[in-house]
Amino acid sequence: MSARLSRGGRLIDRTKPLSFRFDGRTMTGFAGDTLAASLLANDQMLVGRSFKYHRPRGIVASGPEEPNALVGLGEGARFEPNQRATTTETFDGLTAISQNRWPTLDLDVGAVNDALARFLPAGFYYKMFIHPRPFWKHVYEPFIRQSAGLGRVPQGGDADRYEQAYAFCDLLVAGGGIAGLTAALAGARAGQRVILLEQAAHWGGRAPVDGAAIDGQPAADWVAGTVAALAAMPNVTMRLRTQVTGLYDHGYALAGERIADHTPGDGRPRQRLWRIRAGMTVVAAGAIERPLSFAGNDLPGVMLAGAVRDFVVNWAISPGDRTVIVTNNDDAYRTALALLDAGLVVPAVIDARASVTGALPQAVRARGVRVLEGRAVAKVKGGKRVAGVAICAQAGQGAVLEEIGCDAVAMSGGWSPAVHLWSHCGGKLVWDETRSMFRPDPARPPTGDAGQPIAVTAGAASGALTAADVLADAHAAAGGQGPAPSAAADDEAPMEPVWIMPQGAGPALKAKMWLDYQNDVKVSDVQLAAREGYESVEHTKRYTTLGMATDQGKLSNINGLAVLSDALHQPIPATGTTTFRPPYTPLTLGAIGGEARGEIFQPLRRTPIHDWHQAHGVEWEPVGLWRRPFCYRRPGESSHEAVNREVRNTRERLGLLDASTLGKLVVKGPDAGRFLDMLYTNLMSTLPVGKCRYGLMCSDNGFLIDDGVVARLTEDTWLCHTTTGGADRIHAHMEDWLQCEWWDWKVHVANLTEQFAQVAVVGPEARRLLEKLGGMDVSKAALPFMTWAEGRLAGIPARVFRISFSGELSYEVAIPASRGAEFWEACVAAGAEFGLMPYGTECLHVLRAEKGFIMIGDETDGTVIPQDLGLGWAISKKKADYLGKRAQERSHMADPARWRLVGLETLDGSVLPEGAYAVAEGTNANGQRLTQGRVTSTYFSPTLGRGIAMGLVRHGPDRMGEVLDFPTVGGKVVQARIVDQVFYDREGAKQDV
Amino acid sequence: MKRYSVFAVAREALRWHTGWERAWRSPQPKSRYDVVVIGAGGHGLATAYYLGKNFGITNVAVIEKGWLGGGNTGRNTTIIRSNYLQDPSAAIYDKALQLYEGLSQDLNYNVMFSPRGLLMLAQTHHEVRGYKRTVHANLLQGVATEWIEPAKVKELVPIINIDGPRYPVLGALYQARGGTARHDAVAWGYARACSAMGMDIIQQCEVTGIRTANGAVQGIDTARGAIDCGKLAIVVAGHSSVLAGMAGFRLPIESMALQALVSEPIKPCMDVVVMANTVHGYMSQSDKGEMVIGGGTDGFNNYTQRGSWQHVEETVRALIETFPMISRLKMLRQWGGIVDMTGDRSPILSATPVGNIFVNCGWGTGGFKAIPGSGWAMAELVAKGTPGPLAAEFGLNRFREGRFIDESVAAGVAH
Amino acid sequence: MLILTCPHCGVTAEETELALGGEAHLKRYGPGDSDEQFEAYMFARKNPKGVHFERWRHAYGCGKWFIAARCTVTLEVFGTYPAQTARPPADLLAAIRAKRPSADLSDWDAATPEDAQ
Repeated sequence: MSARLSRGGRLIDRTKPLSFRFDGRTMTGFAGDTLAASLLANDQMLVGRSFKYHRPRGIVASGPEEPNALVGLGEGARFEPNQRATTTETFDGLTAISQNRWPTLDLDVGAVNDALARFLPAGFYYKMFIHPRPFWKHVYEPFIRQSAGLGRVPQGGDADRYEQAYAFCDLLVAGGGIAGLTAALAGARAGQRVILLEQAAHWGGRAPVDGAAIDGQPAADWVAGTVAALAAMPNVTMRLRTQVTGLYDHGYALAGERIADHTPGDGRPRQRLWRIRAGMTVVAAGAIERPLSFAGNDLPGVMLAGAVRDFVVNWAISPGDRTVIVTNNDDAYRTALALLDAGLVVPAVIDARASVTGALPQAVRARGVRVLEGRAVAKVKGGKRVAGVAICAQAGQGAVLEEIGCDAVAMSGGWSPAVHLWSHCGGKLVWDETRSMFRPDPARPPTGDAGQPIAVTAGAASGALTAADVLADAHAAAGGQGPAPSAAADDEAPMEPVWIMPQGAGPALKAKMWLDYQNDVKVSDVQLAAREGYESVEHTKRYTTLGMATDQGKLSNINGLAVLSDALHQPIPATGTTTFRPPYTPLTLGAIGGEARGEIFQPLRRTPIHDWHQAHGVEWEPVGLWRRPFCYRRPGESSHEAVNREVRNTRERLGLLDASTLGKLVVKGPDAGRFLDMLYTNLMSTLPVGKCRYGLMCSDNGFLIDDGVVARLTEDTWLCHTTTGGADRIHAHMEDWLQCEWWDWKVHVANLTEQFAQVAVVGPEARRLLEKLGGMDVSKAALPFMTWAEGRLAGIPARVFRISFSGELSYEVAIPASRGAEFWEACVAAGAEFGLMPYGTECLHVLRAEKGFIMIGDETDGTVIPQDLGLGWAISKKKADYLGKRAQERSHMADPARWRLVGLETLDGSVLPEGAYAVAEGTNANGQRLTQGRVTSTYFSPTLGRGIAMGLVRHGPDRMGEVLDFPTVGGKVVQARIVDQVFYDREGAKQDV
Repeated sequence: MKRYSVFAVAREALRWHTGWERAWRSPQPKSRYDVVVIGAGGHGLATAYYLGKNFGITNVAVIEKGWLGGGNTGRNTTIIRSNYLQDPSAAIYDKALQLYEGLSQDLNYNVMFSPRGLLMLAQTHHEVRGYKRTVHANLLQGVATEWIEPAKVKELVPIINIDGPRYPVLGALYQARGGTARHDAVAWGYARACSAMGMDIIQQCEVTGIRTANGAVQGIDTARGAIDCGKLAIVVAGHSSVLAGMAGFRLPIESMALQALVSEPIKPCMDVVVMANTVHGYMSQSDKGEMVIGGGTDGFNNYTQRGSWQHVEETVRALIETFPMISRLKMLRQWGGIVDMTGDRSPILSATPVGNIFVNCGWGTGGFKAIPGSGWAMAELVAKGTPGPLAAEFGLNRFREGRFIDESVAAGVAH
Repeated sequence: MLILTCPHCGVTAEETELALGGEAHLKRYGPGDSDEQFEAYMFARKNPKGVHFERWRHAYGCGKWFIAARCTVTLEVFGTYPAQTARPPADLLAAIRAKRPSADLSDWDAATPEDAQ
């Protein structure tokens, strides 16, 4: 059984005991523990179930590479599934639950899959569940989905908040082991701005566990001294608990910082996402130990040798009284020594190499441990935990020579550099035959905006595996001046690549050799994939799901592709690796989202009159980032009733609209008229000063993109109104043409949208209201329709446009934004006697539809040209060119059969359904019903007491009076007559008074 | 070809699965084929498959630069739907959907087509109008869709937040027949069926040149030698312009990165596919339990299969707003694909300025869902030399005539 | 995320400060030109796998348009220059030729802007 040792544990504080719960059981740990250490201290070796076969799973690693020990952490709005126990710091009150089991971890019904494993090889689902057809959706898939999935589903929102931060540096060092510390120090001493980030809660990485001596000091002391030196330098920023998760193009790096994961609810943000621009990134991410592939290598109690060492040295954990070590290299002997130093028993070291004579093995032998040369594990014995190992010859087929009882197995298949960050944006790898590893190829680094290298690796990430090599490599990586920190040269014999154990294992054994623990991918599965032609490493990955689990193949990929290479009889570099994609370790979605959620999900644009609307019963409508009043509801009123009231009141008395969101672009300069003649379909250069003109704008592809009223302010200045959504878009459109096509034309454009509030005063009483406010002559004679004037109203500077989008007597008044609310309130106060009511966008829509005015976005959808809308009068025949003119000459756009704008009146007075289509007889070659038109706008007209609509109809204007059929959902057909689109005041008498 | 079935699996289990044959052969290229298809993605393989199945043309090679199914077929978010607005789009996507419904049986390969339903959320009045229009259009196109109210949205997707403070859900366009399929399996299933018909799928074979004479194709040059052909189909999303350049013409296409990501797997919590276009993100849950997430394309021309980070942030933000419960899930993996963006964002199935060369490209962000229909229509185009009704509107001539097929009607802007 | 240096204001800008404008140095065709010319101007794109001349606007900075020569495979930026020109600067072309001898710069072989069109 695993237990806490009474002595040792360099990272724990025995004076601070902690209490936590796992699957409802209360357990204790110490400050400094990871959850994995705490669980082992409580003999909780079984911590989860695998994905496919629901095999019992124990802790196998000690860091972010852990594939098995995933738990549901926390409760309620702080519940998080799939959290790694090996990177979770234990805190007082922590609660965790095991995953993928029912009803309990010990008695998991899903484990029946394990008994059927032989019938469920890689890709079995592609070959089964094909018949009968409806069964996939209704029977097979629901069953598979339910048995798949890992963690429990979080319920509701997230109680925590997240921050994002930017940082800039010359040198970003990813990893705070001795390589990272050395590189950071070298860079900092050279005067570089350095950011040093370490994912764990402590500095130093593996070196203190491995017992290296650096510059004559114990590694832990050297680490402490170096950290202190770095902390004292003003050009160095250091962060613990911060994982660099990705390196992106042009030297952009992401790092996730765990701020309050171990102190939940303390008021701080839970996590922070760092977005870093780094001149150079030093990847000092270390190396990851490889498991060995032998039968039963997935039983709880089989752990990586380095992890066993970590648990013993860092957290004083005994993995069991008796630990057998299985290895193909010398490094694992350090684990034997650590166990022996802790007073534990190592019954044997099983070494696949035929002859083992290095210093480390000799030291282990000297302490009385059997070293079995040329041997392998034939099988691990046990059910939910290790009971013993059967030993065979590595060169053979698995005939058992001996059995040894033990509680734990520490395995080491050698080490693989953590090359992920190097590879994320294009760094290439090279296969190192002598060390049997893919390591970064320094000649082919990821490159930046100028083609320069943007990353370098340091230490074990480069493939350096001894302390001396690590220090020298890291010092050089950061361009260190002077001597590197030094360590005694290790005398390690070379490892021998061992991809399966024993080498001649038959199918029964291979079906029990796990490559991917979480996803249950075995050696036999990879061989099956190769046999069936899934030969590309990507095919094998996808067919077997190798490396697709939450550890993304950190433990499994190299072993898997070696097995694949063997099956294909090709060298490992010919097989290659799958693509390394960010993130290195999973990154919380909340941190990716950052602060922008809820009310501040996106910026909110508020008009100067926003607060008044809010206080007066507004129903908002989001329009881009703005909010505009949709209508103003009175108590007991529905939205529809409110809109009808607003329409009637505006037609009969006086309405007030906040039109501040309309775009206001000032175009000025000697060539401004010429420029606008190119942008608008009509002539703007001839517009007299003081006058207004409605204009249409097309893309050069011919389609109508915006409309609005243009006013000529002075001889060389025009004010162009755009739609709300068009303000920024049309401004950019103008700048584009000005700067990139007609850059020698003398024109300036300024977007003054937010500098002005704009209020539409609309209705028969509009003039009387403005007269009451006083200050300007707004009579018909002084300010006729389609003119503008400047002055003061109610003492506020104002520019008054006599324009109408409603068909009523109407003034649009622009005032400085800072006085918009004041002007609005002055209107409201003065308007009471005229029956003034504010109105919203829906009333605006009804008013314009009654008058047959088009709306960009309703009558247009990106496929409509002005000619379709009967707007030929607004297209100048005199101009040789304007944007869109040539496009509109193309055959399809000049086709007389294009659908054109008309009014539509239902025979029964009802409102036509939105978006309904008018059908024609017959079907097309694809069996689709033929159509001859569609509804573009449809409303109930309170003025007329019936439904009105506009639509585009083939030859529409030539077919007045014809009746069209509009089928609706549910089978009913609505009939409507083609009529003139102007439903109200066709002569325009009301607006021109 | 040995048939796949539960019995075959059981039989093989008894001998440790040592008797399975290759899913597809790995032949040496012949010196000539009647038809060469460049690109062994879903569209290319489906083109070959229906050339054989519908027209009896089996002297076909499918040439692939990398590994089959390794382009956008193997890196999309697997959404399948046919609720398109414009008639030509609805026709070809619905043909694809109908073929998907029977594809596992047709290919004897379980592609896990899962008609779990698909929702497109309306979060502005403008979107409401747009989707109601789509429902009406779909009605006449024979594509069953419906408009549903917010309460029904919540019922179908319990984890959704329908009354967020910024963009409350006003309803949705619902296609019950929409869903997902296992993307790799689609490519593998077609490849296996093509190989069984005697077609050659030649992987790791980059095309280096296209030979023409008298205005018509003669053959191609490849990393594995010259291959002659009677007809040539270019079906290489992402690299369409490069291949067109070898044949001497330009396309109305730009290559851009489209990114996607998955979360770590959790137990089933969302049965339908949800697309939220106002906030710009979409999400479904894979059979494995991962939340599969996508958004819009990056803007710049790009052949790297990597994108810019800000788009991931935007997409994730949008989806946290829509599904607050995902906030504590973690991104497991992000990736990118290179998509063809055409001048009107609709695909191209067309003859070209070079005789007997045909292109199938420009599927933009929506190619996976079209694969069977695209292959069906392309096979007809290649076999007959002229398009059938499904492909008729998708010719290159539309760009000259101004006859676009524009699905992005929401691009219009409201006052 | 790309970084590009705006040649107008000198700021090295994050991609989020910039707006994209597609292929640069397109010649506008209009009334009087053929359908073929107009189609080519509007739609036919080089879309090279390699060096691409493309328009960017420093939209959230100085507001000016500029052109970048960028590799679509490595994302290396060879240089940027103001959009108010008919052809890339000679020194930039020379630099690209030096770094990428295989890049197709044939549009700019002619000596003058007039010739180039």
